[in-house]
Amino acid sequence: MSTQFSEEKLNKIKEIVTHYPEGEQKSALLPVLHLAQQEFGGWLDVPVMDYVASLLSLEPIEVYEVATFYSMYNMKPVGKFMFEVCQTGPCMLRGSDDIIAYIEQKLSIKAGETTNDGMFTLKPVECLGACGYAPMMQLGNYYREHLTKEKVDQIIDECRTSVAINN
Amino acid sequence: MGRKLLLEKAHVEGIRTYEVYRREGGYRSVEKALKSMTPEQVVEEVKKSGLRGRGGAGFPAGMKWSFIAKPEGVPRHLVCNADESEPGTFKDRYLMEFIPHLLIEGLIVSSFALGSNATYVYIRGEYAWIAGILEKAIDEAKHNGFLGKNILGSGFDCEIYIHRGAGAYICGEETALIESLEGKRGNPRIKPPFPAIKGAWGRPTVVNNVETLCAVVPIINDGGEEYARIGVGKSTGTKLLSACGNINKPGIYEIDMTISVEEFIYSDEYCGGIADGKRLKACIPGGSSVPILPANLLLKTAKGETRYMNYESLADGGFATGSMMGSGGFIVLDEDQCVVRHTMTLARFYHHESCGQCSPCREGTGWMEKILKNIEYGKGKPSDIDLLWDIQRKIEGNTICPLGDAAAWPVAAAIRHFRDEFEWHITNPVAAQQRNFGLAHYADPLEVAATA
Repeated sequence: MSTQFSEEKLNKIKEIVTHYPEGEQKSALLPVLHLAQQEFGGWLDVPVMDYVASLLSLEPIEVYEVATFYSMYNMKPVGKFMFEVCQTGPCMLRGSDDIIAYIEQKLSIKAGETTNDGMFTLKPVECLGACGYAPMMQLGNYYREHLTKEKVDQIIDECRTSVAINN
Repeated sequence: MGRKLLLEKAHVEGIRTYEVYRREGGYRSVEKALKSMTPEQVVEEVKKSGLRGRGGAGFPAGMKWSFIAKPEGVPRHLVCNADESEPGTFKDRYLMEFIPHLLIEGLIVSSFALGSNATYVYIRGEYAWIAGILEKAIDEAKHNGFLGKNILGSGFDCEIYIHRGAGAYICGEETALIESLEGKRGNPRIKPPFPAIKGAWGRPTVVNNVETLCAVVPIINDGGEEYARIGVGKSTGTKLLSACGNINKPGIYEIDMTISVEEFIYSDEYCGGIADGKRLKACIPGGSSVPILPANLLLKTAKGETRYMNYESLADGGFATGSMMGSGGFIVLDEDQCVVRHTMTLARFYHHESCGQCSPCREGTGWMEKILKNIEYGKGKPSDIDLLWDIQRKIEGNTICPLGDAAAWPVAAAIRHFRDEFEWHITNPVAAQQRNFGLAHYADPLEVAATA
């Protein structure tokens, strides 16, 4: 995969930089890393981070230290669909442990692992701010809430179907 | 039925759009402030209202505003803290997701009061779709002349930008948030200088929570004195609570801070009682950082008086027998829940979220998680409880930011009030793998539990 944003994305980045005071383009780093992760395979490989550094006139280390700090930036490849299941107190009270165990069994992977076909990653995460709708997970840019085993089955089927259609 | 100031219109069909929001009386406070008030008068109204910061600390918002420095020729900034991440708290999300224009309206009036021409909303990265909702609301407001240059002919210019975080609880701490806004790791800064003097990009900055900024709208519309008439004592106005855990009706509730804790839990208007007909064991009333209380101390103070849902009453008895209003994240545990396991998940959370800057927090949170895991999984030693106590004491007060305290308090309170449950886990490691300690005496009338 070539590490180069499209013209459209480059213009978007230029626009983002204007949100911040002149000379403070480093402030655009978090939004640009989000874009980069989305664009270049769902994780931030070193060449990708170096590319972002060059775009914002930063030293590569300034990008690495930020990318490794925030939990949403993936430092290694992840599956096409990442099930980020919340496991903190309020979700635990509503059965998140059972949901995690069910997904592990259903996909034959352990927490933190990716299925062999590269489709699914299961990542238990800390509080996502959806405590009243527990148990829940983040899938892509959206939340899936009030999870049950049946709902998990449905979500897995949905993911498989969407890939089949796109192929 | 309590009075609603923020959620009154939340269920009006289409309220997310500018058109409906405006038709329902939206943006009146912007017209009033920009056309008939000076920035100082807006600050004065917020002071009069007694509004306290709704993010968790409860610091008077008007006073915070009055601290902002105004050096000649230096831009000032308002930053909205929408990095809602305190376990149990999901109220800001509700406001932004369902009534986004209320926040935009509050932001414009507050930006005017503070002289901020570029205002930022720092929203937690996971709320990705909500960032989109807010951006749409901003576009609509701009299209209708409420943002941009020379708003309503007042000469006041204002732009609002959405800045998404990327997963870090610590960025809810205002100086870490500012660092993150500047494109850095979310390491809190040493104060002073306070953000009001030197904040984002070294400029005077005020950071306020979403709910706080939304509350500015009714304060300007109806006047600060009117707002202060609602509630009790120093708990003025209304407060959003996000209720979760083992209750029948988890969700967001707006209360006027005069109702009792018992009414909040058991009334059908609010939580609707404990789920599955079970009994109440414990509750964390203000987000995961505040002390957990057993049922008996939650419903009544140590003096045997009814406990109310407001800043003062929830804190009655200090940390020995009370808790805090915090962020309003109300977490309820039923009789079948294990306090050790719940505390372990919170310790894991704080360990994960510690930024690593201060040793007591970086190391201490990890040790606490490890020891709590041992106890929970049947490998605890009798000395572990005192060791936990010792560690939390050494974190509290010894860190740059309050995350250390926030990590220490839940562990301290769990040991303070549920020590026998921890001891039972250690002395009955096999049984503890098969069943929970249960309700025990935690709902019994006070005398016993009050001697913490």
